[in-house]
Amino acid sequence: MSSNKKYWKSVEELNENSSIVEALKQNEFVEEIPTDEFLGNKSALEGSSTTRRDFLKYVGFSTAAASLAACEGPVIKSIPYVVQPTEIIPGVANYYATTIGDGFDFASILVKTREGRPIKIENNTLAATNGSANARVTASVLGLYDSLRVSGPVKGGEYISWNDFDAETTQKLNDLKNSGKEIVLLTQTFASPSTSKLISEFKEAYGNVRHVAYDAISESAGLDAFQAKYGERGLANYDFEKAATIVSIGADFLGDWQGGGFDSGYSKGRIPQDGKMSRHIQFESNLSLSGANADKRVPLTPSQQKLALAKLYSYVVGSSVSVNLPEAIDEAVRSAASELKRAGSNGVVVTGIQNVNAQTVALEINEFLNSKAFDATTPIKTRQGNDVAVSTLVSDMKAGKVAAIIMSGVNPLYSLPNASDFAEGLQKTELSIAFSMKADETASQTQYIAATPHYLESWGDVEIKKGHYALTQPTIRPLFDTRQFQEALLKWNGNDLSYHDYIKQTWSEGILGDNSFNQALHDGVYVGNISASEIETTVAVEETADTAIAPSGDAARALAASVSTTEGLELVLYTKTGMGDGQQANNPWLQEFPDPITRASWDNYITVSRVDAEELGLINEHVANGALNGSYADVTVNGVTLTVPVIIQPGQAKGSIGLAFGYGRTTGLKSEMQTGVNAYALYNNFNPVQNVTVAAASGTHEFACLQLQNTLMGRGDIIKETTLEIFNTYDKEDEEHGWNKIPKVSFNHEEIPVTSPDANLWDEFDQSIGHHFNLSIDLNACTGCGACVIACHSENNVPVVGKSEVRRSRDMHWLRIDRYYSSEDTFKGDNEKKASATGLIGDEGVKSTLISMETAADNPQVAFQPVMCQHCNHAPCETVCPVAATSHSHQGQNHMAYNRCVGTRYCANNCPYKVRRFNWFLYAQNDEFDYYMNDDLGRMVLNPDVVVRSRGVMEKCSMCIQKTQKTILDAKRDGREVKDDEFQTACSLACSNGAMVFGDGNNKESKVAKLKEDNRMYHLLESVGTKPNVMYQTKVRNTTEA
Amino acid sequence: MASHYEAPIRRPLVAGEKSYHDVSVDVAAPVEGKANKSWWIVFTIALAAFLWGIGCIIYTISTGIGTWGLNKTVGWAWDITNFVWWVGIGHAGTLISAVLLLFRQKWRMGVNRSAEAMTIFSVIQAGLFPIIHMGRPWLGYWVLPIPNQFGSLWVNFNSPLLWDVFAISTYLSVSLVFWWTGLLPDFAMIRDRAVKPFQKKIYSLLSFGWTGRAKDWQRFEEVSLVLAGLATPLVLSVHTIVSFDFATSVIPGWHTTIFPPYFVAGAIFSGFAMVNTLLIIMRKVCSLEAYITVQHIELMNIVIMITGSIVGVAYITELFIAWYSGVEYEQYAFLNRATGPYWWAYWAMMSCNVFSPQFMWFKKLRTSIMFSFFISIVVNIGMWFERFVIIVTSLHRDYLPSSWTMFSPTFVDIGIFIGTIGFFFVLFLLYARTFPVIAQAEVKTILKSSGERYKKIRDRGDSLVGTGADERTSGEKVKKTKK
Repeated sequence: MSSNKKYWKSVEELNENSSIVEALKQNEFVEEIPTDEFLGNKSALEGSSTTRRDFLKYVGFSTAAASLAACEGPVIKSIPYVVQPTEIIPGVANYYATTIGDGFDFASILVKTREGRPIKIENNTLAATNGSANARVTASVLGLYDSLRVSGPVKGGEYISWNDFDAETTQKLNDLKNSGKEIVLLTQTFASPSTSKLISEFKEAYGNVRHVAYDAISESAGLDAFQAKYGERGLANYDFEKAATIVSIGADFLGDWQGGGFDSGYSKGRIPQDGKMSRHIQFESNLSLSGANADKRVPLTPSQQKLALAKLYSYVVGSSVSVNLPEAIDEAVRSAASELKRAGSNGVVVTGIQNVNAQTVALEINEFLNSKAFDATTPIKTRQGNDVAVSTLVSDMKAGKVAAIIMSGVNPLYSLPNASDFAEGLQKTELSIAFSMKADETASQTQYIAATPHYLESWGDVEIKKGHYALTQPTIRPLFDTRQFQEALLKWNGNDLSYHDYIKQTWSEGILGDNSFNQALHDGVYVGNISASEIETTVAVEETADTAIAPSGDAARALAASVSTTEGLELVLYTKTGMGDGQQANNPWLQEFPDPITRASWDNYITVSRVDAEELGLINEHVANGALNGSYADVTVNGVTLTVPVIIQPGQAKGSIGLAFGYGRTTGLKSEMQTGVNAYALYNNFNPVQNVTVAAASGTHEFACLQLQNTLMGRGDIIKETTLEIFNTYDKEDEEHGWNKIPKVSFNHEEIPVTSPDANLWDEFDQSIGHHFNLSIDLNACTGCGACVIACHSENNVPVVGKSEVRRSRDMHWLRIDRYYSSEDTFKGDNEKKASATGLIGDEGVKSTLISMETAADNPQVAFQPVMCQHCNHAPCETVCPVAATSHSHQGQNHMAYNRCVGTRYCANNCPYKVRRFNWFLYAQNDEFDYYMNDDLGRMVLNPDVVVRSRGVMEKCSMCIQKTQKTILDAKRDGREVKDDEFQTACSLACSNGAMVFGDGNNKESKVAKLKEDNRMYHLLESVGTKPNVMYQTKVRNTTEA
Repeated sequence: MASHYEAPIRRPLVAGEKSYHDVSVDVAAPVEGKANKSWWIVFTIALAAFLWGIGCIIYTISTGIGTWGLNKTVGWAWDITNFVWWVGIGHAGTLISAVLLLFRQKWRMGVNRSAEAMTIFSVIQAGLFPIIHMGRPWLGYWVLPIPNQFGSLWVNFNSPLLWDVFAISTYLSVSLVFWWTGLLPDFAMIRDRAVKPFQKKIYSLLSFGWTGRAKDWQRFEEVSLVLAGLATPLVLSVHTIVSFDFATSVIPGWHTTIFPPYFVAGAIFSGFAMVNTLLIIMRKVCSLEAYITVQHIELMNIVIMITGSIVGVAYITELFIAWYSGVEYEQYAFLNRATGPYWWAYWAMMSCNVFSPQFMWFKKLRTSIMFSFFISIVVNIGMWFERFVIIVTSLHRDYLPSSWTMFSPTFVDIGIFIGTIGFFFVLFLLYARTFPVIAQAEVKTILKSSGERYKKIRDRGDSLVGTGADERTSGEKVKKTKK
């Protein structure tokens, strides 16, 4: 059906004859389009440079450009505080006092936070006990920003909510309670009054509960001995500042012996004052920090140490113990004993032998001497573990007697020698929960991982020593959905209090008396009188008490008798300054931290004496780029064999080998950090000494050592040292015995001191106006602990470069601690041998003398020397930079303008101290260097006051210019003068030993100005004429042989 | 018919009875002819090495200096070794063209063109290293004292590295101008011979419109003399300043006042060795035996022998002074050089630089082409080792034993060095095919063609017919008929 409708198109159609209608039928437009008008004008058209094609291109391009511009790039929101928290001022750091207590390290510390982020750990100077952060504690801030942390409760690999976690676990625990099955709490040593109380409440709530405190590295023998003798589970406390004669048998008390923290007292006693300093004799197997600092070091195997201790007892106390020791050792023991007796109550004996009798003997000797340094009244509480209890637990678990296990702060599947037994037992439990920050070896095998906050996000309290309390407070809101162990206990106990309130309650009830909690929280520490609960300390006393024998020399005799003559080598397990018990294995700062003794990073290894190595066919050698390679050895203990790389260690007692704990982690850490071998596998019966067989294995291990030349090569002016006798008797410039002579140079055929203006090529800077910074480093007080190295790392955003780069000698540390061995028995011997060399060739010639000096002696003297930029007033680096990127400040600091640096490296070549570090690659935000600077979380630790350096620029110690400038500005703002101790660098702040003193040399009252005038003061390589602002204090050894 | 006494005359510098025309033809031949197969083979190898070097340079600049073998203790190694080596090689050209010009040593005419080309090409190689050895080469222009928007930020005039910038750039520009000035009449010669319009156009551009008027020649001579005067101090200054990089430092083994003369002697030594290396090949390949004669080679060998001995004295002086100074660091630095872990480098240097040139005392050896070539290569190797020894063995064990380490190169270090050798030969091979490799205009001034020829004809008693001899002066002999 077609439509006949007609549609009108215009009114014109009304007029039938309209010409317009007609025209429209033919044409689209009524009027002619005047195309000719604009197309006809040929000349105008040709004159235009825009063709149609161009026009279309322009249109196309501008459309595309406009639409591209309209697209949004990645939007990074920077959100200002809407309501600014009163305590946070951008750009101003806040400090909080808190306490770390991870079961291995316990220390009261200050946490520096910037814009709410904790970025650095410093010492809490208010703390009378353990107020100093060692390298690990200083580095622990990085653990907060570990990208592998568990961010919430996990069940079977899946994240769940805390509500589900609570519901499920409470249900299960109640079921077990009702069925009367055993629940075990396996925890680290908390030494926490509140936690102890909580645990006892948990025990009450759930009936059949066993609490086992487990220290990965056991001090059980010391605890047992102390408990047997004094009835309290703790470790004897020592203050080495009060000791004039220190005899240590196998105790690395400058390391982690009894939880560490003894070094600052020790160092105070080592600075010669009024002609006196302490005398330190060390008997040990591995070369430890303590042995390295000792005046006399006698390398002994562990068995010999036991005999030596028994013998020492008999010499000191007088009761006879028949011991067969080689004559030389006997002589050493006898002289140590006579020195001790002479010192009387100023003497002290410590031992690290993990044997109840040995520990008892040490306690007895100290009691006999009435040692002032020995303190049995305030025992150390930070080790509570009990070997027997742990072993019993493992066998019970294996037997299926344990229904539930709740773990906190422990990683037994990594740290137990019989980890497979534990794993088997773990399978048999009905409920297993690990409170952990990581899905580590153990947590990844449990049913639940209860994600815990970092200690910087937690509340807590610690009784470090009896009566010495410390508080832990959060310094940042938890980054993840975490809950600490104590909060969970409160939940399970049905207590609605928060842990913070609970601590407050505990403290106000039993600890504080009338004192303010807030004051204690502010200080971080509180010294009280009342010991808190004794509830938790009496497990398994019965089992251990009978092994300890009452005084009267029985312990010493039992000790001597316990030594059986063994043919093979003895393995001595130890902890490294960097890695400790291995909790922080995912911390790149600590992995790259060089061991103070071997200077190796990113590794553990067995340390073998030269003699044993030769017998076993083990070698160390340097490859073409200087890096160290070592053989592998199969180390077998009790049927367990580990293949471990070998370092030939001067000072290692022949017949013993050393191996460090803390390495060989496999789970919960980045592949780069999975270094070394797990020594816990050999830690049978929690005894660090094991009989071992060692055989050379195939293959070559590539080490990453930061120092490749170990001896001082007789260069006595680098580390000046003398003996106490000479120091006391002679003037430093004495013709023959001068021990700190200013080097002489020749001028007009006359010898003049290098400090003379005639020996000066350059114009002097005017140093009189304003501040002039100096840093003094006392070689007597420095123990080489390396806390400053990590503090510098943390303060100055020093990059981590990884093992292969360290191996290429490209570590970035701004501050290093050089460790030198003597090539002869003493450094003095080195100098003498070098001086006595005659002629060029031949056995006595200079050439063979020097080549022989490249090798360290079998039992060398050791010297540590922290070296950073010396901030020379006549800096060789400053003159050679073509673009003036490094220049001198009127405050004595040698500046480095990263922005200006073009990277010729001329400055580094011309630096006699080799302290300049070049950015060979881009170290931040580069997947090739997947350490903390490569993820958003890790970068939160960066100090916003210090720029992260780009690739291709030189960097070095700035003498913490960001800190000195802040101090100056603060004083300026307040309109006052800067106080002396206000000026600090990261290293001087970190040094609790008083070895590093920083300050304004122009302030004549300042400590550093006085040290500048000290007789012991010298400059490193003074003869080069660099006039450094860093100075060293001559090392004085309390040796009699000189 | 040696009926009269003739004073002994110098041996001719151009052999083979060349006429002026012969010279033009010989010199123009490589330019006008086609490249042979061996040229292409060598060129391909050089180009491949060059490209490989570019690849290594790109890798370095995009990734970081960490791709090299350097470390915290040894901040310079192959980079600056190569730099000094190439600068040193560059020294012979200027010495030959400028100093020998001033001393009127006409034998230089046969070799100066190529020696100068070598100078320029090797200075180009040398110039690469200070740029690419920077951590941030894109900011390399900061070493120039140019006005900037950084306020009053200026370069550090105390720095020897800055002096290097001036020394090298001055040297390169003066050498280039000097070289080009000499090239003008020769380019004009090629232009005049060229038949292809394109070639003609190019060479007329290159010759700057040389017309050969007397005025042109006069100016040419004057400019040459002025430039020679300018360039002569540069021969001494450039390597002196390069040596300051080390001499002004505080590092034992670098901090040595003997360095300036020692470096200059070493530079001339290595430069002449490289000239020998190049020209012994070139005279053969381009059939230039008549212009680069055994006499030239012998003379250069004598220079090598003398400078090599100077260098040897310098080495021994260093050792003596180290001992005499009484400074233990200084003593150790030199003891370590000779007997330490890099002893092989030291003794490679010693044997190549001090012992091997002593063979040149024997006339038979120094006039042997093959032996000269061999020694020239040995000297080049030795001089590379000299710089390596100075730089690396001084740095790797300096003051504090804690920082002692070693250096070993990566493939990038090696690749860049090989790359510059490739680049050098690419340039030199292109030069050999496009430039007049003999300063023909100058050589023509020392041809003794007429005198020598007549003498020979006369000695043979031949007719002078057809020799262009004039009856009015030569008389009867012209009319004599050929025998």
